[in-house]
Amino acid sequence: MKKIITTCLILMTVSFSASAQDADALVKKIKTKLEQVNNYIAEGKMKTDVAFIKAPIGKVKIYYQKPNKLKLVKDKGISILPKGGVSINASSVIGLTNYTAIDAGEQLLNGTKVKVIKLLPLDEASDIVITTLYIDEVQLLIKKSATTTKENGSFEMEMYYGNYANLGLPDKMVFSFNVKDYKMPKGVTLDFDDDMKPEEKQKLKKKKGRVEFIYSSYIINKGIDPAIFKS
Amino acid sequence: MPEIIKVNGLCKTFGKLQAVNNLSFSVNEGDVYGFLGQNGAGKSTTIRMLLTLIAPSSGTIELFGKSLSSHRKEILSQIGAMIERPDLYKYLSAYDNLKLFAKLSGCNVTKQLLMDQLEMVGLAERANDKVKGFSQGMKQRLGIAIALVHNPALVILDEPTNGLDPQGIADIRNLIKSLRTEHKKTVVVSSHLLNEIEQVATRILIIDKGRKIIEGTTQELLDPNQTVVDIETTDLQKAFTLLSSSNWVNHLQPLIDDKISLTLNKHQIPDLLKHLVSLNIDVYALQQRHSLEDYFLKVTSGNYVQPV
Amino acid sequence: MYNLFKLELYKIFKRPRTYLSFAAITALIVIIQIGLKKDGKEYISFVLADLGNSFEINGNLCNGYFVCFCILQLLLIHVPLLIALIAADMISGEANMGTLRLLLSKPISRTEFVLAKFAAASVYTLLLLIWVAILALFVSMAIFGTDDIFLVKNNYAVQIAKDDIFWRYIGAFFFAALAMLTVAALAFFLSQFAENSIGPIVATMSIIIVFTIFSTMSIPIFNKIKPYMFTTHMVAWKEFFDVKVNADNESIFGSIQRPDKIIKSALILIAHIIGFVGISVYSLKKKDILS
Repeated sequence: MKKIITTCLILMTVSFSASAQDADALVKKIKTKLEQVNNYIAEGKMKTDVAFIKAPIGKVKIYYQKPNKLKLVKDKGISILPKGGVSINASSVIGLTNYTAIDAGEQLLNGTKVKVIKLLPLDEASDIVITTLYIDEVQLLIKKSATTTKENGSFEMEMYYGNYANLGLPDKMVFSFNVKDYKMPKGVTLDFDDDMKPEEKQKLKKKKGRVEFIYSSYIINKGIDPAIFKS
Repeated sequence: MPEIIKVNGLCKTFGKLQAVNNLSFSVNEGDVYGFLGQNGAGKSTTIRMLLTLIAPSSGTIELFGKSLSSHRKEILSQIGAMIERPDLYKYLSAYDNLKLFAKLSGCNVTKQLLMDQLEMVGLAERANDKVKGFSQGMKQRLGIAIALVHNPALVILDEPTNGLDPQGIADIRNLIKSLRTEHKKTVVVSSHLLNEIEQVATRILIIDKGRKIIEGTTQELLDPNQTVVDIETTDLQKAFTLLSSSNWVNHLQPLIDDKISLTLNKHQIPDLLKHLVSLNIDVYALQQRHSLEDYFLKVTSGNYVQPV
Repeated sequence: MYNLFKLELYKIFKRPRTYLSFAAITALIVIIQIGLKKDGKEYISFVLADLGNSFEINGNLCNGYFVCFCILQLLLIHVPLLIALIAADMISGEANMGTLRLLLSKPISRTEFVLAKFAAASVYTLLLLIWVAILALFVSMAIFGTDDIFLVKNNYAVQIAKDDIFWRYIGAFFFAALAMLTVAALAFFLSQFAENSIGPIVATMSIIIVFTIFSTMSIPIFNKIKPYMFTTHMVAWKEFFDVKVNADNESIFGSIQRPDKIIKSALILIAHIIGFVGISVYSLKKKDILS
């Protein structure tokens, strides 16, 4: 009996470490794929979708320089982003270096079978508490990530690929986050005419907000002026 | 003479106050019509009704043979008026005030016309000065210029000599006379200065408490036998004593103040003077007292009964 | 009547107080612009304090369009006061000066007289508003630049694209002109009943202040009378700065959330203007001029 239990434990440890190794290997494969891109300039549109904010779609340019320089520049106008910034890059999602990868099984996501891997940072100072990745093993693409942070709440990213799938660059990325209720005193708004219907007000109490990026083009590995990241 | 103004049964009530009570009168073309009454008699109210500033409670007003209510604009274009004190735009100059009101009167406004008017009232040199710096007399003169600028057929002047010095009063008197004789205008003038009215008016209306007391020509109203003469002499007491023992005793009034007063026929004045000279009485002054004033006080005393 | 109107306009612009009004509004707007130029970021931080806890809002928030919006909101009481200063004096001032009796004994109809005076007061109102537009909008655009406008309302925030703003200000100023003409009409109407312009000016401002208080307090009994108060409708110019969103919560370029509200408020204000002026005509026609 003792032997059976010991054997089971050994097998479990082995399979666990094997699966951990599988998860880690998968993450490393993805990283390797993403590392093909040293830099890019992406042009596209950004749409802020929060129940209580009416905002137009704006044109954006995103500058990325490996390993971790990222700048979002709105072509013109005001940009509204969730506090703590937006991780609009798959590389940033798996940018952790000191972590444990845990295989959390498989799921069906938008009709595609994905591997669920949880990344736990080992660095206690890291803001990230846990990141869950939903990876398409066949195409080596991160379809979705869900991250919980200490300071800036939780957010999710969903990526949709097309022309640049081979480089792990999405055509569309949706960044979802939690929002607090909108409260603005009338003394600040100077808006004293409140004739909004209760059902309309209720619609504004959605707790989730989204920022969508729809990329129209990428200029990849052509170099970026470092000054852009300084301003 | 055609009637320029015909008022029939005019009444005006302000709440419980009957300001004008069944007033009827007429003004003929070419008249200088003196409009007399104590304060609060209803003169200004009547004049304001003639100028459509106040709506009558009842009665009719016709001017130039037309009903005022149905021919208002046409009638007012032929009237020039100065109502009580002339209030003007203090922030405008005399010239600008005159120009503004001239345009409102509908006349063809030229610089020459305006300067001629200002010249007539002695304000040409102050044409560009703001009215806020004007004395009351200057404003009065400007008011008269405004009333006359559009050459109206009927001129209504309410207290035109207020605030004027003796020369100014004399100028207004001569102006009224010339308006009638030279310019053939009809003038309605309301004033408290009875001697001024007496000197210019051809017809007089006296009202009291909103009612007509008497209306007629100056000659009709003022009895020549009731002329009062005041005499100032070197020796008042001596003169009084001598006259008391003469044929003039019945004309003598009790001695009051420092003059001797007699009531006589106007034509007897030369004889009186000759008599005084024959008595060696030195006469400083001989003056006809305002017979109109006496008449006015008599008819507005409340005891007056109009003779048949 | 045209000549009468020209003369009334001439009188208005010959008075020093007219230019004082323009100077006063200039000073007010310049003070606001200086304040926002110096401390605009702090003001924006204060206004967006609650949103700022959840969002990072970047861009030239304190731009000319935003500054103009602030100015228009803050001048809710000041501009009507300057309108009332002239409009409330139109009849009562003449009575006070004693010129009313001289004017109305001229061959002009009282209806034409009232309409010409109101037309002249309206021209003054419109010129004052054009001046406000030049200072508040164009000068602000020159000083602060232009960008999207980000506005916080009671229940939501609105961001309007830069290219979608200018025409809204044209509409807003037209509407503001209608609102100020309503104030002018009210002051003009009250001017009938006094022989001194202080009374009508104070009465006009008191009405506006009291009605504004009723409009701003969410008390059920006040809510019943709010729709009938012209002050409730005077602020409908703000509706130009709200947009519709499509099913995907994208704001629709060139849209207005509640155009019906703007039209309804405009019609109510026009009705007020016609009512006040109509009663003024009737009142003066019946009035005995005793001044």
